[in-house]
Amino acid sequence: MATPNKKNHDRPTTGHSWDGIEEFDNPMPRWWLWTFYATIIWAVVYWILFPAWPLVRGATAGVLGYSSRADVAAEIAAADQANQVWYDQLMATDVTEIAANPELERFAVNAGAAVFRAQCSQCHGAGANGLRPGSGFPNLLDDEWMWGGTMEDIVQTVTYGIRNTDFPDARYSEMPSFGRDGLLTPAEIDQVVNHVLAISGQAHDNALAAAGEQVFLDNCASCHMDDGSGDPFVGAPALNNAIWLYGGSADEIRASVHNARFGIMPGFTGRLPDAQIRAVAAYVHQLGGGQ
Amino acid sequence: MGILDHHKKIETHATLLLVLSFLVVTIGGLVQIVPLFYLENTIEEVEGMRPYSPLELTGREIYVREGCYVCHSQMVRPMRDEVERYGHYSLAAESMYDHPFQWGSKRTGPDLARLGGRYSDEWHVAHLVNPRDVVPESVMPPYAYLLDRPVTPEYVQDLMRAYRLVGVPYTDDMIEAAPEDFRAQVDPFGDSGALLDRYHSAQVRNFDGQEELTEMDALIAYMQMIGTLVDFSTFTAETSR
Repeated sequence: MATPNKKNHDRPTTGHSWDGIEEFDNPMPRWWLWTFYATIIWAVVYWILFPAWPLVRGATAGVLGYSSRADVAAEIAAADQANQVWYDQLMATDVTEIAANPELERFAVNAGAAVFRAQCSQCHGAGANGLRPGSGFPNLLDDEWMWGGTMEDIVQTVTYGIRNTDFPDARYSEMPSFGRDGLLTPAEIDQVVNHVLAISGQAHDNALAAAGEQVFLDNCASCHMDDGSGDPFVGAPALNNAIWLYGGSADEIRASVHNARFGIMPGFTGRLPDAQIRAVAAYVHQLGGGQ
Repeated sequence: MGILDHHKKIETHATLLLVLSFLVVTIGGLVQIVPLFYLENTIEEVEGMRPYSPLELTGREIYVREGCYVCHSQMVRPMRDEVERYGHYSLAAESMYDHPFQWGSKRTGPDLARLGGRYSDEWHVAHLVNPRDVVPESVMPPYAYLLDRPVTPEYVQDLMRAYRLVGVPYTDDMIEAAPEDFRAQVDPFGDSGALLDRYHSAQVRNFDGQEELTEMDALIAYMQMIGTLVDFSTFTAETSR
């Protein structure tokens, strides 16, 4: 049997005895006790400074008047305030004149690039090069524009979008679905597809293409123009080059003629301040294709 | 020692100890939970909220079934970076008809609380079929099979009754008309007046571009209305909340 530690014999115990085992009644360690008291004091200070106790109608507000809603509003206001001098200048300058002021253009392009990454890159790609070829999401780096590539055109497109139902001013046009709605016979579609292959410089059947020219003039030229160069007033893309939104193979062109295409873009007015819309337009305009 | 001496009575009486422990825990719980039900700043009412239309509700069930909340939150926090990226911060009232709410706690993908109207339906279809086609760096799994799974309004009335049990104010009229409303929302050439009377600003169109009514239609119908019901051009946040 172990010898009891004589040194501890006169220390007080709690008085409990379990099968002869007793428990010392030692005081708490000082550091622990003081930390505990400090947390109690901190809690009281916190109740006074910050919103804390629920009462009958509301909760105590705290003398600091903290509110996360007010905080975020103030933070956004401060950021806007810092940019306001530039925003004012952007709004006061005619959109076509922004590029003439190098300092303003630098701000617009940098701000526009940030807006683009957050709002536009999901469809137009982080590098503005569209998504995979034939996906229907346009590349903004080239100089082909469906709805026009001047600053005014781009601002208009970004502001109200294309074929969405949110804005009456959204750009709108509707290509007929020539095959699905029976406007053209499958044979005529075959001819016009070969004509489009011909004017875009691809391999085609000469006889079908020759017959397709009249079909094209009768059905397609009112929007895509006689030579297939497109018309930005109705969002009709050029068909006489190598740039394709929905793919330029015979099968893909046939699918476009059969079903028609109806690309949609949301409008950003209300979602972005007007100055940021101008900034992102300036960014897109200087990517390479701006007119 | 006074009152502390009686402690021994509690500690040596198992039943009394249990009952009193339960009492203490109950009080602690009540103090934390009860104020949430009556404090004005937690039950702020905002204009525009309405229960989900039958098709949107079906889409929401698919959202829950696929576990979208595991990687996507639906909660824009009141911080400048979030507000500038996603839109107005979320309000408690915007989740008032969500059972269970889809706030989530992990953002592997972006927040979806303001997703509605941000992308076109075509984008959503392309993205769900293969996310890499539209977002090259995405790690989201593909959901192309949603295009092949037809949905019918067979169970939507039961679903709405279940939601009514937990407090969503679906009326008898809404439940009775659910199958018609369900189909009316994907028929752009039909008469959607009654649907719009019951569910204001419901979007009516063929969402997935296919003839057949599939789970893709339902899911996109839901995603296109998330966070769009409250008009933030007229709503002013009270900063006391």
